[in-house]
Amino acid sequence: MKVSHSEVRRIANLARLRVEEDEVSRLSEEMSRILEFAETIRELDTEGIEPTTHVIELTDVWREDEPRRGLERARVLENAPHDDGACFVTPRIG
Amino acid sequence: MARDTAAEPFPFLLREIASGLAQGLFSPKEITAHYRERIDRYDGDLGCFLHVAEVSGDTDTSECAPLHGAPIALKDLLVTSDMPTTCASRILEGYRPPYDATAVKRLREAGACFLGKLNMDEFAMGSSNENSAFHPCRNPWDRDRVPGGSSGGSAAAVAARLVPASLGSDTGGSIRQPASFCGVTGLKPTYGRVSRYGLVAFASSLDQIGPLTIDAADAAFLLEILAGHDPLDSTSASVPVPRFTETLDGEINGTRVGIPKEYFSEGLEEDVRERVEEALRLLEGEGADLVEVSLPHTRYAVPVYYIVAPAEASSNLARFDGVRYGLRKEEETMMESFFSTRGAGFGPEVKRRILLGTYALSSGYYDAYYKTALKVRTLIQRDFLEAFRSVDVIATPTSPTPAFRAGERLDDPIKMYLSDVFTISVNLAGLPAISIPCGFVKRGKALEERKNGDAEEEAMQGGADLPVGLQLIGKPFDEAGILRVADAYQRRTDYHLRVPEAFS
Amino acid sequence: MKTMEAVIGLEVHVQLATRTKIFCSCPNRFGDEPNTNICPTCLGLPGALPVLNRRAVQLAIKAALALEGEIAETMKFDRKNYFYPDLPKGYQISQFDRPLSSGGGITLSNGRRVGLKRIHLEEDAGKLLHTAESLDESRFTRVDLNRAGTPLIEIVTNPDIRTPEEAYEFLKTLKLTLEYCEVSDCNMEEGSLRCDANVSVRPEGSSELGVKIEIKNLNSFKAVQSALRFEIERQKRELRAGRTLVQETRLWDADRKMTRSMRGKEGSEDYRYFPDPDLVSFTVSREVIEEIEREIPELPRLRAARFVEEYGIPETDAGILTSTRALGDFFEEAVRSYPENPKGIANWITAELLREVPAEEMGKREVSPRHLATLVRLIDSRTITGKIAKKIFPEVVREGKDPEKLIEERGLKPISDSAAIEAFCREVIDANPGPVEEYRAGKTATFGWLVGQVMKASKGKADPRSVNEILRRLL
Repeated sequence: MKVSHSEVRRIANLARLRVEEDEVSRLSEEMSRILEFAETIRELDTEGIEPTTHVIELTDVWREDEPRRGLERARVLENAPHDDGACFVTPRIG
Repeated sequence: MARDTAAEPFPFLLREIASGLAQGLFSPKEITAHYRERIDRYDGDLGCFLHVAEVSGDTDTSECAPLHGAPIALKDLLVTSDMPTTCASRILEGYRPPYDATAVKRLREAGACFLGKLNMDEFAMGSSNENSAFHPCRNPWDRDRVPGGSSGGSAAAVAARLVPASLGSDTGGSIRQPASFCGVTGLKPTYGRVSRYGLVAFASSLDQIGPLTIDAADAAFLLEILAGHDPLDSTSASVPVPRFTETLDGEINGTRVGIPKEYFSEGLEEDVRERVEEALRLLEGEGADLVEVSLPHTRYAVPVYYIVAPAEASSNLARFDGVRYGLRKEEETMMESFFSTRGAGFGPEVKRRILLGTYALSSGYYDAYYKTALKVRTLIQRDFLEAFRSVDVIATPTSPTPAFRAGERLDDPIKMYLSDVFTISVNLAGLPAISIPCGFVKRGKALEERKNGDAEEEAMQGGADLPVGLQLIGKPFDEAGILRVADAYQRRTDYHLRVPEAFS
Repeated sequence: MKTMEAVIGLEVHVQLATRTKIFCSCPNRFGDEPNTNICPTCLGLPGALPVLNRRAVQLAIKAALALEGEIAETMKFDRKNYFYPDLPKGYQISQFDRPLSSGGGITLSNGRRVGLKRIHLEEDAGKLLHTAESLDESRFTRVDLNRAGTPLIEIVTNPDIRTPEEAYEFLKTLKLTLEYCEVSDCNMEEGSLRCDANVSVRPEGSSELGVKIEIKNLNSFKAVQSALRFEIERQKRELRAGRTLVQETRLWDADRKMTRSMRGKEGSEDYRYFPDPDLVSFTVSREVIEEIEREIPELPRLRAARFVEEYGIPETDAGILTSTRALGDFFEEAVRSYPENPKGIANWITAELLREVPAEEMGKREVSPRHLATLVRLIDSRTITGKIAKKIFPEVVREGKDPEKLIEERGLKPISDSAAIEAFCREVIDANPGPVEEYRAGKTATFGWLVGQVMKASKGKADPRSVNEILRRLL
């Protein structure tokens, strides 16, 4: 499976990653190689096999509807790149 | 020579330090100062730490059992409320989490004194610690070589005795492979055994926290503290936690040890195979039964992993967007800023995996890649369950090679990925596994290019002794089983007690 | 050209009335200071994990059962991946291929059935605040994450709706049903009920669907109706002019009463759904479902029918009395405390009480159903006149006073002492010889006027029945 340059750009756009033009061909090549390698799994017959998301048997994990103290706003905003003391501040959206 | 020379030398095993503290033979302040001194002396060269804690020794943890103030260091993927957490990434440089990971909290409550945060591959993606955004970490046995990864700092720090024990995390071998490369003991518990709350997620269905220690008994000691259900982690299991330390009786007579033939085939370097086989013969000599087993889907483990792990990672790393914490590259609009921030904040390997994972989940490819990979994962898990019908533990080499040279595999991602060929399937199946030192092999220091399988020639040139790791894989939630065999082996060998000359 | 018909589908998001958020223990509360109900999980801090709120699942199931949906046997959560500053994790935890419930629907008053495609459970995003004193609005946006992680159900209808009026009725009925079940407060101003609409037009009778337009920013049911009206006309106009429509999202501009194209939104997003590995699948047993089913109260339409049947009140009154759950409860409680005259009680509620208290406020005010019942009883027993009842009513409502006590305190207690009434009667007879003569001459209609004079003289306090008797005797 060859990952084309335009596909690299499309995927990078989905992932919100700036990829410089000169990286595109390297990435296309690397991704193609890795995917080619990964594709060996398709030689197996997996018809009727259940996919595994969790390896251990776990179901019905609940939490009761009881409020608990969260975090102090000031402590959280300490890490914010930009804030106004109450909210996170970002450049305008789009 | 770094020991306290004035009086009795400090013990170096974690549980001995803890009992020394409990008995008042020395104070938390003294033991901490001792390790602090070693870190100051050696770490400039090794690069194990990303952050060394300001330890005043004022906080009195001596009353807190069972650690009583014993020092421990943490992989920088575990969030800590009193130390920065960077995941070795520019995107989190300077980040100070407002909370503690559950594992950190449990250690704190058990009286641990944290020496600092340890180096790693950025977001745990890598097998050599060369993907750290800040500085590489060197292998104490040969500083031209890598310590393994991603928990490279955690393994190297224990190997050089800069800490008696550390925590790492293991997604595809990230505890065991560096433990093997650095000659220490590294335990990856069963998925669900230790809470992942506060472990910055790489691949949520594979990640697990575990200890890196000098011996298996210390691993058991730490696991007792770390293990158990956490209401904050839906995937942490509500299964009883045995007293692991009490099951270590040195007895392995009649234990059935499975040898999967697929793990002793091509790619495994000859002298590494010899060390592992010697270890197996030792176990056999002590009464264990060696049984050949087959794990037929082994060769698909690495491909499955390189679909599943990047897919989950691509989603897990979406939160690093520059809105609430970490790096932000300012732009006119936030949409632009997302691209710049993530473009500048993530290193090349992380970007590669985000792109791979995004691709595997994107429309039109989901079934072919992600869903198929999850099905093959089922087959891999079944292989193990089938094998465990006739054996108690499975023994394999931890890595096909000893520590490789820095830079050697950087340009070849697939070759790098294959460093974890023996450890990855264990994560896919969610099983517990431990890597313990089982001997040494020689590798040349000055050789330009090492030809595959040319180990003997190098040995003749003289060179470094590099540790080899034996991996023991257990049934789900049977950490006790593998710890018991590992401990029995260590009672009869001293590979785990050897310290690289420069640090002894 | 053939007549065109519209094909409408709705997507309704409803916040569930839990105490805490869906995946963490932060309070689920509207109106607090920005970023005060936050924790590592709903902030999407590195390392934090979700744990499912049991109550959120129960409320979602309750809603689905009330809407006649079929509950899935096992459920799971999936991640919907997209980037937005109000989405802390870069993905929304939602349900993709195995929703909580499928099927069900609402039958409209014209007999048409609006089917539901699915109901699923998910988390809300945070809020972007576009106004601030200290910041340049054109350059910056503020992010408040109090709302992030609020439990939501998304209700998706089939494209069964044909007119804006049907859409309006569907939403009214849906809201009423959910309020009745106490699943949500459905407050549109506070955003606890939000609606998007999909609409296309096609030649009437055609089975093919036209080009689907999504309308967002619909802040009220009236807005849904107006926006759909506008959009249907716009689409018809475009098609008649021979232009082709493109699939797009349009925003309703309530001020200018029109929809406009949302520019800059790229083609369909690729959300890369996959099962959330941080959460485990869950099952809800038959027994639990039955238990939840028992908690569902009688729904408004059935209740109204029962009111007509059981209490003999007119259908219109029954409709009004079931327009909120609290109002219906008020009525029934009043009837329990004075079962003799349900019609009178209904009348007093619809004619008088709702003038003082809007239906939505019922249950939050002081007025007690027992007091209203007392009032009706006092009138029926002629202890007070309707006039006095109306006079004291505002106080009964606003201050929650017992009418019996009020009458006592104000000295409004009727005069039933016959000697006193007789004195009033004589006074009136003496003062009005003319009318008395007329009455005696056979003009019986004058009697009523004389009674009125007696009542007036007694300041309305005399018992009219005694006045009747005594006056007739004296005359």
